[in-house]
Amino acid sequence: MAYIFQQILNALQLGSIYALIALGYTMVYGILTMINFAHGDLFMVGAFFCFLLAAYLHLSFVPTLLLSMIGVAFLGVIIERLAYKPLRRAPRVSAIITALGVGLFLENFTLALSPYPKHIPQLLENVTWTVGSISISSLQVLIIVLSLILMLILDFIVQRTKAGMAMRAISWDKTIVPLMGVPVNKIISLTFAIGTGLGGAAGVMYGLAYPVIDPYMGIMVGWKAFICAVVGGIGNIRGAMIGGFILGTVEIMVGAFFPSTYRDFVAFTLLLILLIVRPYGILGKPQPQKV
Amino acid sequence: MKKSSLMIALLIIFSLGIFGCSDDSSKIKIGVIAELTGDVPAVGASCKNAAEMAVQEINDAGGIQLGDKKYPVKLMIEDNAGKADQSAAAAQKLITQQKVTAIVGPNASRYALPAAEIAESSKTVLITPWSTAPKATLDSKTNAPKKYVFRACFIDPFQGGVLAKFALNDLKLKKAAVLYDVASEYNKGIAEIFKDVYEKNGGQIVAFETYTTNDKDFSSQLTKIKQAAPDVIFLPNYYSEVPLQIQQAKRLGITVPFIGSDSWGSEELVKLCGKDCNDYYFSTHYAADSASDTTKKFIANYKAKYGTTPDDVAALTYDSFGLLWQSFKTAGKNDRQGIRDALAKIPQYEGVTGNMQFQEGSGDPIKSAVILKIKDGKFTWFANAKP
Repeated sequence: MAYIFQQILNALQLGSIYALIALGYTMVYGILTMINFAHGDLFMVGAFFCFLLAAYLHLSFVPTLLLSMIGVAFLGVIIERLAYKPLRRAPRVSAIITALGVGLFLENFTLALSPYPKHIPQLLENVTWTVGSISISSLQVLIIVLSLILMLILDFIVQRTKAGMAMRAISWDKTIVPLMGVPVNKIISLTFAIGTGLGGAAGVMYGLAYPVIDPYMGIMVGWKAFICAVVGGIGNIRGAMIGGFILGTVEIMVGAFFPSTYRDFVAFTLLLILLIVRPYGILGKPQPQKV
Repeated sequence: MKKSSLMIALLIIFSLGIFGCSDDSSKIKIGVIAELTGDVPAVGASCKNAAEMAVQEINDAGGIQLGDKKYPVKLMIEDNAGKADQSAAAAQKLITQQKVTAIVGPNASRYALPAAEIAESSKTVLITPWSTAPKATLDSKTNAPKKYVFRACFIDPFQGGVLAKFALNDLKLKKAAVLYDVASEYNKGIAEIFKDVYEKNGGQIVAFETYTTNDKDFSSQLTKIKQAAPDVIFLPNYYSEVPLQIQQAKRLGITVPFIGSDSWGSEELVKLCGKDCNDYYFSTHYAADSASDTTKKFIANYKAKYGTTPDDVAALTYDSFGLLWQSFKTAGKNDRQGIRDALAKIPQYEGVTGNMQFQEGSGDPIKSAVILKIKDGKFTWFANAKP
């Protein structure tokens, strides 16, 4: 029993990080119907910002987190303006290839600065509580709680504010909404800022939990988060959160009860079956193409 | 018309002769393939440093003596970017375009294997300083020893056995767990041999867990290992991953000691790990603190040049070059086949990582290993293990 509970905690930690990153994919897709494949690398940049701020400027946790989020959000907006905006009317493939290119640029730019894996200094005193045979670390609690708070804030922004309403409107119909006086470019920038900012936050938390970071760390995590977004129903914000926790749980639980060699194999088979049953994802809605 | 074309033909032949000569005989070209970028850049950097130092030393002495003339050495370094395909491409480039006489590197087994295949099929000597996987020097089809591939280090069956016996006999720990990267040749090989020897000698493997390269979350496997209650955990993984594994294990409340293999032996390990890796043991190729005179001289020179203590990759790369220089001396000519034949039966070579010996029919040297203990962030000698 304690064993299962411990594994659930592990799953929550991993799942909340996946969920935070998946949000970035799903928000951009919801608004632009474009998959921002550079998102995993923006997450990596978030972890590197965290490293720079913590190791060289010796900032404490809260300013590190906020500045990293702002830095990555800023970068996300710039990338959107320079790389994606000129392609908004181009075929979708061009935008996807550009996104892949931006991702490669970010990886290799970081790599060119220094190829060595970096160690993020410990920002918070880590305490491990032991209840029975379960170990709960303060870091684990922090990651889970902070991710939940960030997701609640996002949900509030999207569902309850005017800007959120504009986002939902744009994702509903891109041609009519500008005619109603909604500043589309500003809202798209805001979406990118929030989505990549959350990716940056995930980078910081990932860096705290797994403090050895390298320029390639975003690739695999980015793919997995993208899968979470698809499983949850791409374009749907709550779906991305659910998808993140599902993938985290499946990965950890397969590792817990099967030989760990089969982990990715079993995990992704399960997800494929899920997609066969619900091809639009858990919360996604089928969108018939009109001719 | 006829005359001029004859002139041109002569000119071409003549110039070919000149360039051919200047290419082949005025300088001896040695290639290096190193992991300068990618997932283990510290390994590549050490390899490059030691290679440059070895070549500079021989060139300062006027070059390699062949017959009555001295030939300077030209070093050609290729980055394999921590990728198997680029390792093969680099080997191909060095052999066919740069026309090197011999190649040193790559270091990690997963990159050494593809490069070794190319070297073998092109009949060019390749010495891998640090690849301990047995397959590197064995033919992929027949499993017979390769003819042109050598290494400067011991092999995993020996190392895995040394570690299994060390855990059982010296640490007296009878229940072990293993966590290793199943996607990497080296990690997988050594984990399996450890398990085999440990069980044959009366130990019990209570958990045998895997992950794949680039995984950062090991919580699921470590929770499973904790459940199995081992006395010791064996992590035959690279220095960039081990700190994460140990730190996550500690966060999950695991308190048993960890042991590792020669992939731990980089200064980076201590940098990434901080205090968390203190008091653990790993097997490696040489101990910087208990060294012979040759080794002391090498360490002092390296420190003066680069400001750090040379790690095992640096020492083994330096030895690889030492082996090459000796082969050139025995062969007496700058010729790929000649170097190969001389290297294949070096009776005795006193390197900075100890004495080694090659016998015809195997690219693996006969040499011993050491066990190091990490004490206050320093690697210190703990025990020797004879072949």
